[in-house]
This record gives sequence, structure tokens and C-alpha cells, in this order.
Amino acid sequence: MNIQKKMIGDHYKKLSTAKADGKKVVYTFVPGNLNELILSFDMLPVHPEINALQSGMRKKSGDFIMEAEKSGHSEDVCTYVKCDIGMMKKGNIGPTGEKLPEPDLLLLSYTGCFTFMKWFELLQKEYNCPVAMLHVPYQGDGEITESMKQYVVDQIRDTVIPALEKASGRKYDENRLKEFLRSSARAEDDLVAIWESAKNRPSPIDAYFGGVYYIGPIFTAFRGLPECEQYYKSLRKEVEYRVEHKMGPTTPEGELNQQKFRVVVEGPPNWTSFREFWKMFSDEGAVVVSSTYITVGGLYDRGFRHDAGKPMETMAEYCMGCYTNRNLPARVDILEKAIKDYHADGFLINSIKSCNSFSVGQLLMLRELEKRTGKAGGFIESDLVDPRYFSASNIKNRLESYFQMVAAKRAST
Amino acid sequence: MGLESLVQRCEDLCRDLDFNYVKEWKKKTGSKAVAFMPIYVPRELIHAAGMLPVGIMGGGDDLEIIRGDAYFQSYICRIPRSTIELGLGGKLDCMDGFLFPAICDVIRNLSGMWKIMFKEKYAKYLDFPQNLGKSGKNFYVQELQQLKADFETISGKKITDESLGRSNALYNENREVLRELYDLRSRYPHQILTYEAYLILRASNILEVSEHTRLVRDYMALAMKKSRPNRDYVRVIVSGAFCEQPPLTLIRALEGSGCYIVDDDWVLGARYVLGAVSGSGDPLMALADSYMDKTVATGSRHEDASVKGDYLIRLVRERRADGVVFAAPSFCDPALLERPMLQDALTAENIPHTGFKYAENTGQIQTIKEETGTFADSIKLWGAE
Amino acid sequence: MDCFIGIDLGSTTTKAVFMDRNERILGRGITNSRSNYEVACQVAREEAEIDARFLLLKDRLRKYPQIGEFHEDLMAWLSCKFALGQHLKQLTALREECFTVLQMWSKTADEKERYRQALAWVFDRLDAGASSTFEPGRRAQSDFFRDIATSLFLKDAEAAIKETSLSFDRAVGIFDKAILRVENKSFAVFYAEYLDFARRETVKQPRFRKYEKEIVDVVQEVIELKFNVIKSVGTGYGRLLLPFPKDQIRSEILCHGLGAHYMFPETRTVLDIGGQDTKAIQVDGKGIVTSFQMNDRCAAGCGRYLGYIADEMNMGVHQLGPMAMASKKPARINSTCTVFAGAELRERLSLGEKREDILAGLHRAIILRAMSILARSGGVVSEFTFTGGVARNEAATSALRQLIEQNYGKVKMNISPDSIYTGALGATLFAKRESEA
Repeated sequence: MNIQKKMIGDHYKKLSTAKADGKKVVYTFVPGNLNELILSFDMLPVHPEINALQSGMRKKSGDFIMEAEKSGHSEDVCTYVKCDIGMMKKGNIGPTGEKLPEPDLLLLSYTGCFTFMKWFELLQKEYNCPVAMLHVPYQGDGEITESMKQYVVDQIRDTVIPALEKASGRKYDENRLKEFLRSSARAEDDLVAIWESAKNRPSPIDAYFGGVYYIGPIFTAFRGLPECEQYYKSLRKEVEYRVEHKMGPTTPEGELNQQKFRVVVEGPPNWTSFREFWKMFSDEGAVVVSSTYITVGGLYDRGFRHDAGKPMETMAEYCMGCYTNRNLPARVDILEKAIKDYHADGFLINSIKSCNSFSVGQLLMLRELEKRTGKAGGFIESDLVDPRYFSASNIKNRLESYFQMVAAKRAST
Repeated sequence: MGLESLVQRCEDLCRDLDFNYVKEWKKKTGSKAVAFMPIYVPRELIHAAGMLPVGIMGGGDDLEIIRGDAYFQSYICRIPRSTIELGLGGKLDCMDGFLFPAICDVIRNLSGMWKIMFKEKYAKYLDFPQNLGKSGKNFYVQELQQLKADFETISGKKITDESLGRSNALYNENREVLRELYDLRSRYPHQILTYEAYLILRASNILEVSEHTRLVRDYMALAMKKSRPNRDYVRVIVSGAFCEQPPLTLIRALEGSGCYIVDDDWVLGARYVLGAVSGSGDPLMALADSYMDKTVATGSRHEDASVKGDYLIRLVRERRADGVVFAAPSFCDPALLERPMLQDALTAENIPHTGFKYAENTGQIQTIKEETGTFADSIKLWGAE
Repeated sequence: MDCFIGIDLGSTTTKAVFMDRNERILGRGITNSRSNYEVACQVAREEAEIDARFLLLKDRLRKYPQIGEFHEDLMAWLSCKFALGQHLKQLTALREECFTVLQMWSKTADEKERYRQALAWVFDRLDAGASSTFEPGRRAQSDFFRDIATSLFLKDAEAAIKETSLSFDRAVGIFDKAILRVENKSFAVFYAEYLDFARRETVKQPRFRKYEKEIVDVVQEVIELKFNVIKSVGTGYGRLLLPFPKDQIRSEILCHGLGAHYMFPETRTVLDIGGQDTKAIQVDGKGIVTSFQMNDRCAAGCGRYLGYIADEMNMGVHQLGPMAMASKKPARINSTCTVFAGAELRERLSLGEKREDILAGLHRAIILRAMSILARSGGVVSEFTFTGGVARNEAATSALRQLIEQNYGKVKMNISPDSIYTGALGATLFAKRESEA
């Protein structure tokens, strides 16, 4: 945790002095991002979703959202966008209190989320900088076809790389890229081992609340860097120690060793009341053993590794493989497998108002999963960073009811 | 057929959620039908396989949603609810396949829901290239080839270059008469009432293309013969209603509030391709090119922000519109995320605009009518710049 | 006697149920939830205890065959006069509180005295009129002291003040402050006094006089009876505010499921439409909840929606159902959004649509929302139970019946007159079963 804090702190520091240091900055989205490629151009990435979620955790998002709504944005649309726009309008001060640098390039990796596209159009209007569009086709039929892969590879080669070359003033260096890719793969191995440790009883990790910390480095600016590798190596060691000593994960309320419920969670968390939300689980003795949110960056646990042997294809596969780029039947399969593999007592869906990409179809997923696994499903609603959409008493009530139901069912069989 | 009965027929077609026309057409021809969600799909390919393309635009305000709501949270628009309702109610049983074009994440995920809920039916998500360069075209051509193969399987009929060429030509002709219809309405908005023009256009969702082309021609001839009063209305363009459609009563109310609608983006797919599909060379390539080259601008697609609003402003100028009415379905990401950018562009050009949200079954016609009426009055009082 | 207690602390009312070792319901109590949950909880519990004593009283009286045909009659008198005794006690307290409030006033002694006299006159009339309000067959409009006292007070106070130079609003102001204080006190603790009073009043009736000895014995026995509470379980929205340890608190979902199962053992689906939320619950053959769904963030489809509509139409909420039933051609209401429904309502009224048709449409709209929540929980497979405040609304139940049949075929639909106690009942059963586990 401390290593990570330092990594993130250092990154924002670098960002705040980027212009003075002559560093070029690229804004891009988290899911299926091309971090290794960006690093190979020596550019610094900024992820607007991360800024938004940080604003949420720091209780600033409410004001930012209102600011954006005042300027004509509908109350109906994604609050990540509105939070980001509001932050920009209020001086673009990042989570560490330092001003974020303006982008030299907007790398619009349109991956599994329609809003991304409009988000960067809005930012382009503000910053008046070039946009590189990387259209990542959706796995509508549940697979990546050759033509899809070719399309993404072509775009990386013909659109993204030239744009990065132009913005950075550097030539594309494949050997450098391959080095980063190799490092990514090593960190990915460790991450998968960490995920799978949740199959133990007690689970040494929480794969949702704790999970968002674990995915932080690898899904953002650090994948491909030695400090990222180091982070996962030491995290894995710690997890293995916990397994050996039958220790549960650390939660804000201390260690959760008495694990009464093992659950799988679908959907992103709420950030404005993140700790309160987490506490509602730990109070009930519930540990999350697997979640889909921790695969928004990529489904490593299904075997994907960055492969330096085929740099273009591997990046294309990574882009297309992230969770929200999978179709509904595939998402049901993924959850079904997780519920079985991780011996979960049930599953919960946190339905996020902002995120249609996740949310549309979740009520059908709920039914399908109950039917297929025979496990009880729970359904709660909140939002990413809109504090108006987190009703603590409502959510607590549902969660309590849900866990009591699971307990009553267990007692009666 | 007189004007009233012609318009009435279109209204009946629009309201017929049992799709009797489709059933009869299938019986008559012994062929199949393929449904599609808004906005655009290459209907030419469906037609070339001897099948009937049928546009599904939700359930309108006649359909009571009983089962559809069970699948969607309250913050999701209405069109997927009514579409599921139609599906579960067996109304879409006469469709032999269903296309879900890339509009937004809702329609995208609906494609997967369809695969789960109606396993026995062909359902396909149709990705359109957002990158319009060479890579995008290659991808799109392969998408079209896949579609072609799929349609051949469904119809049991080969799509030849001849048949596709013929279909391309028929749809070119149809787009041409629709262009005429829109030009005519812009010139004589008191003769070509929007309520009627909408229904005529809407019939393109279901009628076989040649029949529809004839219908548009008949309508124009009949409507121009009518003697109708020319009112002191303002000329507006409606923008944002490209997917879930406003109820008929709302369209009528907009006009009734003092606005002649001189362009709009409803049933946009029928007018999506601006040029003609080329008649020379490989017809499938020609079809792909028509998408890549020259189409309307719409919120559901990526557009470089440096040209944002240009299309709409050009339209305002061409149609000599006094202002723009933004009409978006509640919870519609594409239209609502796009709106502030378009508003800014209009404001910069001193073009008046107003906006509201609706649902396909909205019950607040009066409120909206009052808003657009006030907008019309203010333009008349202060004048458009 | 050993007993188990369940308490359902809801947003508008608080309910309590007493049960014996054989899972027989001994008594039920209900009170308005007020601002003070602890008092609400105590009052509901005492009411339930009194109800339990009456049940036992009835049981014991049955042992005397000679009372025979007078049995029902006698019980009716006893309970009416019991209520009268309690009512008089509360009136006395209310009078005293009024005077206390008056004393704290910064007015001249003379003015205070004039109000005192007026109030005394009103309370004398209330005392005198009380016994006729509490007679068998004459049910008051509400069970709650606040409601009864308020309506009577307002009537008499108006008369008392009319001829004077005093301010009616001031008098009401005093009353409002006083009743709040009275409401937050428990009066059920004096049950022995009321029972005694009820016995005395009842035997004044000539036809009961010859059983005086039996009545005295039984009443004495019941007064002396002690309840030994083995375990209590709390539920409901305010459950976390109950002074109970965590293991004695159950979610209202589980309690509703088990409570409905107790009343109708073949129930597999429960729909509860309350003031603040709507829930659809699936239970197994033992009343264990297997899945549930609640309304999402949107309040449409809860009882509150009807309250909102009633306000819009300037009607009482209980009048909506009967008016909607008069409709021959229900309107199609499209807006399920509470706020939009108000706008749509006004628009339709202005277009001249009939109130009953609009209301029928609104009832259907609520039930449609409930239908989607039902479907989310897994639909209706066999016997079905409808509970909650809205289950008492005929227009809502008839719309539900129709839609259930349309969508799930003919299934048995249960509505219990005691459905408001479903949650408390479930809580009691949990108390009982868990104390044995």
C-alpha cells in the first residue's frame, strides 16, 4: 500500500512539472490502454477516469458535477465526464493539489464505453489539441475475429503511432516497446497469482474493495515499468504469507479473518462513499473473492499476457479483451465461472447509474446467474462519483437483507 | 388514394405493433424479414437477399410495458424496454433476424440480451468503423461480407453482384425522393406538414423500398395540390431525435406550437447516406464507400471536435431556419452528451436554440408545447440574427 | 407465561406481535412511529401485551359454559370500556399538560386564567362525551389517541372560544405542544387500572350482573398474569435504532417472507407495497427467502406515490381507491415518475379527462411498477400474498389481480386483514425459532 502511494504520488509530481521538464503528456482511458506504447515514446499518461474517481474519494466530485450541469450537461449522463469537465472548469487541480498539465495528445481508445468518445470530443473543444482515434471493435459475437484484430493493428500502426511520434517528437522504437511488454507480462503473472489466492479459505485478499488498490498500478501509468513489477512481486509475497498464516485481508476495520460470506461482485464500486460501502461488507463478515471490476483493464486470469513476440497483435488483443468489451453472454459465462471457481456463496451486482456499458443487461445477468449457479444474487444501485446517488441506508438495508437471506438459506439446507 | 387515406395508412403502419404488413409480405413472397434497430443499417444487403428490412423503433405510446421494465433500471431510456416487451409478447416472431447497429452502449448490450433471451433467432451487433481511414474501410468491408454470408444463410438465397447492384439503385432512388420530400417541405412547410411527412418517412421502416418510393411521390403530388393556409410560424430544425422517436402527438404539437420543422433527424437511417451508392464497380465496395464517404453527422458517432456543429449550422443556413430545437430522449447518451457542444456552436453563430427531453410515451405534451411555443414567439419578437 | 416478541419499526407505524411456545399469536399492537422510536416501540409492545391479555381473558371466560351466549357481547364491552379507561387517563394527562404549557406562557395571569377556564370547559366536555364514543358497535375513526383527541378537541374548542376574545390558534398551539408530550409517554402500564375500570363498567349492564363473580376472578387472574419474554427480535426500517443487540435484528425482507408463510403456508411469492418501498420476495416451503427485489432509487410504485397524487388532487389517500373503482375507462398513464405523474395528472385534468379514469390509470401505473419488481425477483409461480398499506386499496388490488392473471395465469392471491403485522409476525417467529435452535 505504501509502495503504491509513493508510486502514485511520484507520478502526479512528474505530471505537475511535465511542461517544465519538457515531457509530453497524453490523455487516454484506462480500459485496454496502450501504456507500454506511450512509455516507449517517453510520454506521461493521464487517465481522466482516475482523476474523477480520486475527486470522488476526496469528496470533491459533487461540486464538480454541479459545475458541469450548470454549464449545460444533462443530469442523465455519466458523472465521470461531468466530474472531469467540472474539475477542468475549476482550474484542473489534480488529486494531489497540483495543477494537471494540458494534453499534447488525446489518445481516444474507444474501448467498451460509448461515453469515452464524447468525453474526448468535449476535451478537444477545451484544449484544442490533436485526437488520435483508436476504435476498438466490440466482441458482439463473443470473439475476436481476424478482421477485428487487423483493424486495431492497422489503426495502431497508421493512426496511433504517427500521432505519438508527432506529439512526442520521438521515433517509434520497437525494441523499447518490447522491453516494456516483457515487464508487463511478468507483473501480470504475479497479479494472476494474487487473484487466485482468493480461492483459499480464508481468502487473503478482498478482490473488490482491496482489488481496486491492487489493480491501480497495472491498469494505469505503471504497467511496463520496473517499479510496477516490483510492486506485484512484493504484493504476491505478502499474499502468500497471508495464505500460509490463514490471514484474511486488511480492511478499514482491521483484518477480516472471520469470513462468513464469500461473494462475487459485478460492476464498479462507488467512490464517494467507498469506505462506508466497504464497511457494510466487512461488518457482515463478507469477503469478495472475485469481481468483474478488477478486469476492466484486461482479463489476465483468462490467460492473456502481453507478448513481446508480437507487439502489435498483443496490444490489439489487450484492447479488445477487457471486460466491458465482452458481450453479455460472455459476461454471464465469466461470472458463472468465477462463482464456481472461487466457491462463492452468492453474487452481488452494484448497478452504476453512470455506466450503461456495465449496467444495461445486469438484471438479465442476475436471473441467468441465479438459474445457472443456484446461488442467490443481490442487486444494489449507486453511482461512481455522484454523491446524490449513494443512499447509505438503502444500500445497507439491501446488503443486510441479502446476507441474512444467504445465511438463512444455508441454515435451512 | 386520397391524401387523408394515404397518411392514415402510414399512421396505421406506424402503430401496428403486430407487423401485419410484414406477415402478409412474407406470405406473399415466401421470403424472410430482418429487423433492425435505429439508426442506420445497410438495408440494401437485406433487400438483395430477397428479404424485407424492417426498422423497429420501440413501441411508441400505445404499448403498455409490463415485462420490459423488469430488465432495465430506471435510468435507462425507454426504447430497449419496449423492444423487449415486443419480443416477449411474440410481436417480433415474424422477424427472422435482428440487427443491432452501433448506436450506444444500451443498444450494444441489448444485442447480447437478445442473444440470451431469444437464442433461436439470429441477432447481430453491427459495428461501424469510427475510424474512417483505410483501416476502417477494410474492417467495414469484412463486416459487410460477414453480413452478406449471414443473410444468404437466413434467406437461402445467394446475393449476387446483380441483385445487390439492383438493390443499391432502388435505395438510391428512395433516398432521392426523400431528399425531394425534405426540400419540398422546406420550401412549402405549410403544404408538407411535418406530421404527415414524418409518417411518410416512417413508413420506410417497413414498406418494401419500391412501394415506399411510389408512396412518397404520391404523397408529394397530393399534398401540393391541397390548399393549406400559410401561417406565421418560425422555421426550426429538430436535432437529437435519431433513435427513440417522439410520440406522434408530440410531433403534431411541435408544429402546432408555431414551428414549421424544416429539417430533422428522426428516422435518420433512411437519409443517412448523403450521396448515392455508386452504380459502377463492385456493389459491396460501393455500399461500403457510401458509408465511409458522405453521411449525416450524428451524436452516435465520433466526429473531430474541430468540425463539431458545422453540419448543423450548414443545415440551418441551407434550410433558412430561424432556430434549432434540441429534442433528445431522456437518458440518451449520444444526444445528451453531444448537445452542449452543438449548443455552443450555435450560440457562437447567434443561432437561437432551445431544448427538451422526451420519451416515446411521454405524457407531457402540453409542457413541451408551451416551451417551443415560447421559443417561437421569442424568435418572432426579437428576430433571429 | 413464556412468550416471544417481534417488533417492526416502520417509517409510519410500529407494530408488535406476541407469541407463545406453540407459535400461537397472542396479541398484536400498533402505534404511529412518531419522532421517538423508542417510545413507539414501547407503546406497540404494551398494546400487544394488552391484546394478549384480552385473548387470554377470552380463553379463560370460555371455560365457563354458563356465560355461553353472552361471551362475544361481554368481550366487546370489556374491550370498549378498557379503551375508555385508557382514553380517560390520557385525557387527564393531556389536560394537565395543557395547563403546564399554559403556565410557561409569558402572558398576564388574567389572560392565562381565561384560557385555563376555556380549556377546562373543553376537557370537561371531552371527558363527559368519551363514554359514548367507546361503546360496542361505535368504532372511532382511528385507533390512535392523537387522532381521536385532536378531532374532538378542535370541535369543542371552536365552540368554547367563539363567544370570547380569545384566539383559537393560540388554544390549538397549546394543545399541539401538550399532545406531543402526552404521546411520548406510555399509558399502557396502567392496564390493571383500565381492566378494573372495564370490569366495573361492564357489570353495570344488567345482563352481565349474574356472572360478576366469574368476571372478577378471571379479570384478576389476567391482571396478575406475568409474561416471561424469552426472546425479542426487531425488524423494519428503523430496526437499527431499536435498543436490541445485532443478533436480535432481522431484515424486514426475511421477516416478511416468514410472516407471510405463517399466515398462508402455501405462499411462494410475497409482494409488499408500503409507504416507502416496494418489495417482491420469493420464499420456499419453509418460509425461507430465496430471492428478493426492491424498488430502485425511483419512488414510483410505492405507497408514497399515491400520497403524492392525493395531495395533487386535494383528496385523502384512502379516498383514491374508491374513486378509481368508479372508472369505466381507465386512462393510460405513461409517466411512472412521481414528479412527472403530477404534471401528467394536471395536464389530463385540464384536458377534461375524468378524475376517476385518471386515478384508475394511476393505480394501474403503480401496480405495473410492482409487476416489474415482481418479475425481477423471479415472477409468480404459485400462491401469492399481497401485503402492505397499498394492499388495503381496492383499486390497487383489482389492478394487481388482473395483471397477475394476464401474466402468470390463475394463481391464488391472499390478502390478510392483518397484513400490516406481517413483518412483526416474521420477527416473532425468528425470535421463537432461534431461541430453540
